[in-house]
This record gives sequence, C-alpha cells and structure tokens, in this order.
Amino acid sequence: MSAAVGTYCDRCGEADPADAAAHAGCRAARELEPPRYCAHCRRRMKVQVVPTGWTASCVEHGTLDSSAP
Amino acid sequence: MSTSSVSVLDRARTRVLEEGLGLEEADILEVLRLPDEDIPAALQLAHEVRMRWCGPEVEVEGIVSLKTGGCPEDCHFCSQSGLFSSPVRSVWLDIPSLVKAAQQTAATGASEFCIVAAVRGPDAKLMQQMRDGVKAIKEAVDIHVAASLGMLTQEQVDDLVDMGIHRYNHNLETCKSYFPNVVTTHSWEERWSTLKMVRDSGMEVCCGGILGLGETLEQRAEFAAQLAELQPDEVPLNFLNPRPGTPLGDQPVMDPKDALRAIAAFRLALPRTILRYAGGREITLGDLGTREGLLGGINAVIVGNYLTTLGRPATSDLELLQELKMPVKALSATL
Repeated sequence: MSAAVGTYCDRCGEADPADAAAHAGCRAARELEPPRYCAHCRRRMKVQVVPTGWTASCVEHGTLDSSAP
Repeated sequence: MSTSSVSVLDRARTRVLEEGLGLEEADILEVLRLPDEDIPAALQLAHEVRMRWCGPEVEVEGIVSLKTGGCPEDCHFCSQSGLFSSPVRSVWLDIPSLVKAAQQTAATGASEFCIVAAVRGPDAKLMQQMRDGVKAIKEAVDIHVAASLGMLTQEQVDDLVDMGIHRYNHNLETCKSYFPNVVTTHSWEERWSTLKMVRDSGMEVCCGGILGLGETLEQRAEFAAQLAELQPDEVPLNFLNPRPGTPLGDQPVMDPKDALRAIAAFRLALPRTILRYAGGREITLGDLGTREGLLGGINAVIVGNYLTTLGRPATSDLELLQELKMPVKALSATL
C-alpha cells in the first residue's frame, strides 16, 4: 500500500505530503515501512507488523490494513 | 587478484574449506579489507564452505513482534526504545493474531517462527502470554517456535524449555569493545550471561548482531571472532536500517561492498553455523543482494516482514531459492 494521501505525511507526521520535494525521502522509505502517523490528524498510530502484512490504527480515523485494496 | 588476498583466501581454503575450522581474527580482518576486485572470489569461497559444511538447504523463518515499543533500554539503533522520540507506539499482539501469523509463516514452507518482544527481560505478564501463545501455536500449526525476549533469569530459561521453545535469540549486536557506544543501559557481559544459560539449557543459541553501527573494520572482525567463540547454532546478520528518531537515525547505510565482504568474512569465521540474512538487507544490498548473499555463504533467510519494517515478499525469496536450486530446509531436518 502506498502512502495515504491526506493532510499529513504518514511517515514523518509533517504537513503538506503532496510537496514532492519535501517528502520524496518519506515516499521512498514507505516502500519498506508501514505508516506511522494518521494522514488525517497526525496522531501516532498503533502499528502491528506481521510476516505477511501490517495494520495501523488511529483512535479517531480507524484502521488501515496492508491487505486492503 | 591481489597478492595479499591470494594469501588470505588460500589460507582460508585450507583452514576453513578443507579442515572446517573458522578463520582467526587477524584473517577475518584481512577478508574485510579485501579490494573490490577480490570480493567475488571471497564470496565464491564462502559459498563453497557453506555447501561443504552446511549443505544446500536454506532455513526459512518468519518473525513477529508480540510486544512492540516502549522498551526501557537504549539500544541506539532501535525504534522500539521508549527513550527516543521514535514514532513507534507500544502495542501487544493478541494470541489469535499470533497463531494466524504462525500459520501464515508455515504456509510459506518456513520451519521456524520466532516470537520477539521489545523488553529488557520478560515479566510475569509476558511469560504468561508466551505460555498461552506457544501452546496455541503448537495446537494449530506444525512449526518450530523460537523466542527473543531479552535477558533471562535461570527460572525463565527453564520455563521456556518447558514451553517447548527450541531456539532462543539474543543478539550481542556488536563487539565487546564497541558495545558501550551502542547500548548504555546494560552491558555486553549481561547479554553473554543470558547466552550461556541458554546454551546450558539445551535450547539452540541464536546470536548475531547489526553491522554498520559505526564500528571499525577491526571491531567487525572482533565481533565475528567473539561470535565464533560462542559457537551459536545460528547467527542472524542484520545491516543497520537507520530509524528516524533514534541516535543512529542519521548513520549512513552500509556500503554494499562492505556488506558483501562481511558476509564472506562471517561465513569464513563460522563455517558450520546457520548464517541468516536478517533486517536491512533490502536497503543495503537491494534485490540483487539476496542472490549474492545466498551464493556467498548465507544459508538462512527471514522471509516477509521484520518487526517494525517491511521486507521482500516471501514469494520473491522462495522463487529465488527455487531458481538457485537451494531446497528449503524441512521441519524435521537439522542443518
């Protein structure tokens, strides 16, 4: 799953994830990392990585699942 | 091939390939210092050593974090320390999810499933979770269960044996002389003490570390020699994947040629050990690095994801093993 588009970068939690230059490193890193911040509210998510996938839960905005389309 | 490298690889051919003895520290250092043009010859020799003393099988393992984050220790590479401003939050895996992860791991053909917790050492709650989790796994799926729970007491060692844990992972992480630069909340000797208890208990010993922490080549050679002294059944080789918010977050990724030299050197230091590709191989060596490692002394892999970061899909590694005609080690076999 690629980085979720929202108000915040789901890797570093900073604003303006659409700024290609500012978050190019984050986008590259996300190929081998699950998201850590909620893209909607920048809360740190509870992330569980298992051998075949991951889930990332925001208390306000629900759970992302690597197996979801 | 340079003259000096001819001599160290010649010595290795006699001592390691023919006699099955590991290289000593001075020669390990020479391998780590080989010029670029000699890396293929070193990897080829390491591969021959692995094939002669371990065979063609590759041990496949999946790992999962039972308790993530919030660790009281300050291992400078680790995003799970509660002492750094890492984005990793504390979370526990429930037992149904643990069993499901074991089943998914077994479905890849893996014979090993390692349960890991980010702790200094297990408390009563974690030991109970292990008891319940291991029992549930053993009822549901046929796979060896290993554990990595930090430093242990003798009573905890005995409990893990009773649970049926067949291998215990406790990495020394780096050599004794560099360890205080990486961890200050406990000592290298405390880790060594746990490893001795594990060895004496009859559980298999899994002990490796992370390369690229800022150690010198001399310290890398020292580390390989210290591991050889321990004689672990398995050595997982990690390459630093610098994690945001940790003290080593800005450390550069290890040079891929240095990583390949290290793979050859560690195999030549440990000819009969399971040498496992672990975390950081993707970021350090890329996709091609997996092939080079498997043809350069590596005989085990962690498939799928790691504890907090993602790996190559298991299918990519399994297809590569098939292409290389390296059979996956069966559950009943021992290397």
